[in-house]
Amino acid sequence: MTTLEFSLFLFVTSIAAGLLGALSGLGGGVVIVPLLTLIFRVDIHYAIGASLVSVIATSSGAAAAYVREGFSNIRVGMFLEIATTLGALVGAWLTTRVPTHAIGIVFGVVLLYSAFTALKQHHDVITQRPDPLALRLRLLGSLPISPTAHQDYVAQRVPAGFGLMTLAGTLSGLLGIGSGAVKVIAMDQAMRLPFKVSTTTSNFMIGVTAAASAGLYLRSGYLAPALAMPVMLGVLLGSLIGSRLLVRIHVRTLKIVFALVIVALGVEMIVNSLQGKL
Amino acid sequence: MKWTDQRIETWVGVMLRTGVMLAAALVLTGGILYLGHSHGPRPDYARFQAEPAQFTTLSGVLHGVAILNPECIIMLGLLVLIATPVARVVMCIVGFLFEGDRLYVAISTIVLAILLYSLFLHR
Repeated sequence: MTTLEFSLFLFVTSIAAGLLGALSGLGGGVVIVPLLTLIFRVDIHYAIGASLVSVIATSSGAAAAYVREGFSNIRVGMFLEIATTLGALVGAWLTTRVPTHAIGIVFGVVLLYSAFTALKQHHDVITQRPDPLALRLRLLGSLPISPTAHQDYVAQRVPAGFGLMTLAGTLSGLLGIGSGAVKVIAMDQAMRLPFKVSTTTSNFMIGVTAAASAGLYLRSGYLAPALAMPVMLGVLLGSLIGSRLLVRIHVRTLKIVFALVIVALGVEMIVNSLQGKL
Repeated sequence: MKWTDQRIETWVGVMLRTGVMLAAALVLTGGILYLGHSHGPRPDYARFQAEPAQFTTLSGVLHGVAILNPECIIMLGLLVLIATPVARVVMCIVGFLFEGDRLYVAISTIVLAILLYSLFLHR
């Protein structure tokens, strides 16, 4: 296979990955590493580098859309980003130390877990209980729920949220993913923020977290330009198409279908890792 | 205060989109040049060996861009891409300064410091 053929092959597969990521709501990053390692036999470190780059691309590319909605809470995001970026440094360091098959197993588990949480139904548990730490750090806001009504909220259990965010960052650094699922859980379940605030704020945070580990990857030589090129361009295109399509398609059925694909990939990752084939 | 937040976020959105488009343009340009120059069998990525210094240091990349090395042009695009979230944090610091929110100027600066450490100072 020539370089041109290989690059085109990568490009088309990455479009599919970006599409899958956007339509399932799980992000392109989760699928890139499994696809590259399982199908293209790329070493996991190169795959993680390419994936991380794609995560930043889709995060920054899509940001304008989330910004327009006006639901994200910048202060909550910025405060928690201390946790995620520190976690990302730890994760990126770990990835140079941990054996490939262990990374593969962790990745498979994260995939299975992400698919599971993407399908779970959701109910907001909003509280205005004046959590002292949250008030001190001004982790609160107001969510418009109709043209005339607002829902005030105050973050809860800040240390737990911070801890979970550190984990999210570590996973992001270790696996080259956005960890959107963990971030949303930290804000939604632990900190009791409204779901819309959690998802939009998570989107805002994903790029910054990825940038923290990307710097380390780049300097450690994990970013192969000729590999990252078709992957980044493909995922970007795929996620742009995917977000356009989202408006017209029945989301629920799609999510189930794609969650199944992701479960399959997760199982493959684990099996391949255990067999030492990764 | 909510109004200032929205305004800053709108500019942040514009900046991010522009950054991504610029990065994509650089990556695409480098990619086309790269594919134009390569005629042999495809590189083997099955075994990891760290990329050479011309791709992992800023000076290496810039030197490469000056001589139109395709992979260095791609790397420059990737650097621009990585810079977009960093620029976002900087814009938030500016926004918090305008709002007189010293606590969050401090918090955002910590985040920026961590990002800059990872990009320039580590190891």
